[in-house]
Amino acid sequence: MGIAEKPRRMEDIRTWYGEQPIWHQYTMGVAGERFFRALKDRGVIMASKCPRCGCLLVPGRMYCAECFVHTTDWVEVGPRGTVNTFTVLHEDLDDQPLAEPVVVAFIQFAGTRGGLIHRLGEIKPGEVACGMAVEPVLRQERTGGLEDIQYFKPAR
Amino acid sequence: MGYKNRVAVIGAGLTKFMRRAQETGKELCFEAARLALDSAGLEMKDIDCVALATAPDAFDGVHMKGEYLADGAGGFRKPYMRSYVGGGSGVFAINHGWYHVASGHFDACLVVAEEKMSPVMPHPQAAFNAIYDQIMERPLGVNLLWIFALEMNRYMQVHGISQETIALVSVKNKKNGLDHPCAQAGIPGNYTVKEVVDSEIMVWPVTRLMVSPVSDAAGALVLVSERLARRLTDKPVWIEGVGWHLDTSYWTNRDLYYPKYVEYAARMAYRMAGITDPKTEIHVAEIYDPFAYKELHHMEGLLLADKGEAPKLLEKGVTQRDGALPVCPSGGLMGVGNPIAASGVMKLAEIYWQLRGEAGARQVSRPVRRGLAQAWGDLMQVGTVAILGV
Amino acid sequence: MSVNIKEWPGVPLKDRDIQSGKALTTRWQVKADYAWDTGMAMGTFLTGLKEGKILARQCDKCGRTVVPPRMFCEWCFRPTDRWVEVKDTGRVNTFSVSYVLWDATRVEKPTVPVVVEIDGCSPGVGFMHILADVGTTLEAILAKVKVGMAVKAVWKPAAERTGAITDIIHFVPREG
Repeated sequence: MGIAEKPRRMEDIRTWYGEQPIWHQYTMGVAGERFFRALKDRGVIMASKCPRCGCLLVPGRMYCAECFVHTTDWVEVGPRGTVNTFTVLHEDLDDQPLAEPVVVAFIQFAGTRGGLIHRLGEIKPGEVACGMAVEPVLRQERTGGLEDIQYFKPAR
Repeated sequence: MGYKNRVAVIGAGLTKFMRRAQETGKELCFEAARLALDSAGLEMKDIDCVALATAPDAFDGVHMKGEYLADGAGGFRKPYMRSYVGGGSGVFAINHGWYHVASGHFDACLVVAEEKMSPVMPHPQAAFNAIYDQIMERPLGVNLLWIFALEMNRYMQVHGISQETIALVSVKNKKNGLDHPCAQAGIPGNYTVKEVVDSEIMVWPVTRLMVSPVSDAAGALVLVSERLARRLTDKPVWIEGVGWHLDTSYWTNRDLYYPKYVEYAARMAYRMAGITDPKTEIHVAEIYDPFAYKELHHMEGLLLADKGEAPKLLEKGVTQRDGALPVCPSGGLMGVGNPIAASGVMKLAEIYWQLRGEAGARQVSRPVRRGLAQAWGDLMQVGTVAILGV
Repeated sequence: MSVNIKEWPGVPLKDRDIQSGKALTTRWQVKADYAWDTGMAMGTFLTGLKEGKILARQCDKCGRTVVPPRMFCEWCFRPTDRWVEVKDTGRVNTFSVSYVLWDATRVEKPTVPVVVEIDGCSPGVGFMHILADVGTTLEAILAKVKVGMAVKAVWKPAAERTGAITDIIHFVPREG
């Protein structure tokens, strides 16, 4: 037997408003610290190597999830990468139309597993193709985060 | 009792407890899990499934935290489940892992618990406020500590217990914590009752030295069936009883002086373990102590002391490491730290090490064959209990 | 083996490591605003508060009169049976004295959270609110407030009530 009673008055049907006024400050992690320092200080993309299966992981990670061991050496990769897949954004996070469409791609680096998700620039959406070569455009002032790369542009 | 396998714990691992860890949640899980596997002499390929426990996603600030942590917890391409019962999660984790193996469905289960509380700003207490009802309670400007202070005061008033007596828990556990290698910096110490009572009042009767700290950490345990246990170790620690129980979230409609839900969870575990006189049949207990009074409150709920009697046992020294029923020889949350879910696994690891005689400086004086770990959580609601034995 | 593990993993950071940029961090603000449907029980309860009344629900099976009201009894697992108006007076079940705000910042002048057992409800049943007119120092408050003490609600004027728990400004000691 379910709740059979109906509301008696319209004003009993109410909405209560509230918010969660918190924000988050994330550490990059032990591996992330190393990856983003390299990006910040030397403008390079690094991968970590699993001593068991030999795979190179981008971004560099503390451990290989498959072999479940600590990674050992870190190596520079790229900076040239390949577009594995991409999408074109026409609206922002509030469903408002963007002035210009934005291309976001998943970029992989030869010989590695994983990759980076970032924007593509200096290219029209219609010109993007899976498999095309791209390279990062770094900012002059870098802070140690993903935005140290402004975007990836087509590579020769 | 209708289940297929006896289940043993054969390995344990913990990270340091830290106010802010550099490690991501995934990395914390990996370090604890790797250490647990190493201690059991196993690799991840030997593990059939993973049971992970972690409390609010809001702390780490990731959505679907269970799934996010999976690859650091060995959940890569394995059957994997996350459980969440607030602070009760850490001990529920072993209950959860237990039924994976007891059912006969899996032979080896990795149990992991993690919490990274430091990311949430301005303070983890702000995220905790969502525990309160949004209509009845949050508009009053609540702080998490209110509800503990209200419960502590009720407990004190009903039984006539003083703040000084309760402070003895802080003194005991912070002293015990000095011997725990993972204890959070600045948390253990030699304090006097006066220093505890005179420390900064947070929400009376709770003072600063009566509250466990915010922490980041992870812990892991390796659970196997009897068949595997006999092959892999000469001293398996058996899971003899599990229990869990939840009370209503209408906390203002029940009397807070006694945690009935802890009693029901304990009875479930005692029944399974064939224990009829817990006061003598439990030799060492890791009781959940996020606040000093909670160790006493829960001890009564666990039927290890009669109602109102836990403070007397504490005063007599019964619960010291050299007492008849040592409680929190690890240092507990008050002495080591409180990364919500990981705290429970820290307590389970302690019982595991105590039963194997491997707790070093923390080893209790009396011989121990059976130990209990308990956790609590949610809106003064959940009791989770596990009984281990050799 | 606790005694056999020599190195315990973990890289602790200090607050200054983050402030100084020695450890890299990134920030994210979740914009999480909520519009909760109150449900029938709380919707009616809030209208009651606007009208200066505290409304409770009754379950005929267990015989309880409960507040906060609910359309189903969680003990008997059946719908509750009727609304009743209960009093806006009660007794202190427990109280505390808070020197911290919601975000852990400290204040000089404390707040007194209280759980009030509401007259007209089943024994031990009530809700949390704030106690006022009981002093501003810890000593004064502890001398004045006792478990079991009679209290009454102080309401906002009718024109200012909107249908919220804060339509009751706070509870105060009730003489007699």
